[in-house]
Amino acid sequence: MTQTEATTRSSAPQSTAQTDHAQAVCLDSISKTYGTFAALRHVSATFTSGTCTVILGENGAGKSTLLRIIAGLITPTRGTVTVFSESPHDQRRRIAYMSHAAMLYDELTAMENLNYFASLHRDGGCACVGSPEMALRAVGLDPNLSRPVGQYSQGMRQRTSLARVLQTDPELLLLDEPFSNLDAASARHMVELLSDFRTWPVARGGSRTILLTTHQSALAEPLADTILTMRSGQIQSSEPGTEAAR
Amino acid sequence: MNYLHHLLDHLRKDLRLEWRSRDSINGMIFFALLVVVVFGLAFDPTGYPTTTRQISGAILWVALLFASITALNQSWAREQRNQVLEAQRMAPSPASTLFLGKALANMLFVLVVEAVMAPIFVVFFNLHPLGNVWLLLLILPLGTWALVVNGTFFAALGLRARNRELLLPLLLLPISLPALLAMVQATTGVLTGDLDPIQIGTWVKQLAGYDVIFTTVCILLFETVLNAE
Repeated sequence: MTQTEATTRSSAPQSTAQTDHAQAVCLDSISKTYGTFAALRHVSATFTSGTCTVILGENGAGKSTLLRIIAGLITPTRGTVTVFSESPHDQRRRIAYMSHAAMLYDELTAMENLNYFASLHRDGGCACVGSPEMALRAVGLDPNLSRPVGQYSQGMRQRTSLARVLQTDPELLLLDEPFSNLDAASARHMVELLSDFRTWPVARGGSRTILLTTHQSALAEPLADTILTMRSGQIQSSEPGTEAAR
Repeated sequence: MNYLHHLLDHLRKDLRLEWRSRDSINGMIFFALLVVVVFGLAFDPTGYPTTTRQISGAILWVALLFASITALNQSWAREQRNQVLEAQRMAPSPASTLFLGKALANMLFVLVVEAVMAPIFVVFFNLHPLGNVWLLLLILPLGTWALVVNGTFFAALGLRARNRELLLPLLLLPISLPALLAMVQATTGVLTGDLDPIQIGTWVKQLAGYDVIFTTVCILLFETVLNAE
């Protein structure tokens, strides 16, 4: 756990007070068990605002569980997690989570799906009004496509799913295996898009934080400020990524 | 105002999904039709008009109850496909809007089934109601809401259960008994003309009270059910 904190600081050296203020995610001795199986074991880490962290690891290492805990979709068995100094549930508006499942309705078109999810984020002055179309164009899809999502290829579904999360203007973007169904060209396009996304201005101020799990480390490395490697529910190593080295 | 917008967004989405797939309504109509045909063949309605009036209220609600159960599980299965429910849980809109939107959509689906089944029911059972038929316009929606609001809630409760198809009727039927009693008595009262409007009004009030209580409880508990692991 000490390793992780050290690495995060090394990627963005700040005073303690400043670090507290700029912490996007703070995990304090998180454990998650399913029956007798420990998916996560005493994981402690802080992720600084504005950084991109790539989490590598084999199947069953605990990567997805970690992201789902940060997203507030599951609660840890032990330990505490805070996102922007509050519980993930209270910060839902600032978090977006893309899983390896599409999280889209098969019967609706991409635009219908995106319009629907954009409407759920409506809150008086909505940050996402008009953006479903832009989000679809950004991921390289035609917003006028009349086919339902159920008839899309896996890659198209993945890109629609990315558009779904980007349109909500998230400050914390959690991506679980985003390249898993993409061909090499589409995956590279997604990396470029994510790199670009980090520079988009945040409506509320602050900066954008990305946590991304993948098997394809070579694809994600250009994005990474920090690369974490997980094994057996623990953080095995934490190294500065290419972006930080730059 | 935002709450209402979110509710309507969920309702529109569910109506659109059903319009595209027609899974729920087709299944419900087929099931209700089957029940009506089987009971219609079981005895001669023209030979026993009084008996027919006395039991047709119960037959109607049995048909609607079991038909709606087939659709209620289906309505949440759509949310589980592709893990859409997780996107719903991540959304900042109030969880109860998702529940109410779905319950309203289910209510509309069952009302469509009722509209289709009513003439078939009258023909098959050769029904000539002796009471004030217009009261059915109050009893049917209130009774339908009682079934649907609890059904939608318990279907959500069983989402993560292995035997959710079995779990729904096991939970729904006992808890719906007071409402079933009221809706069957009121409907039978209208069909037979045995109950005066005040007596029917008592059953209707009981039904309305049941609806208010269970709708409130379901709304209050839904977020806990949605986020349960």
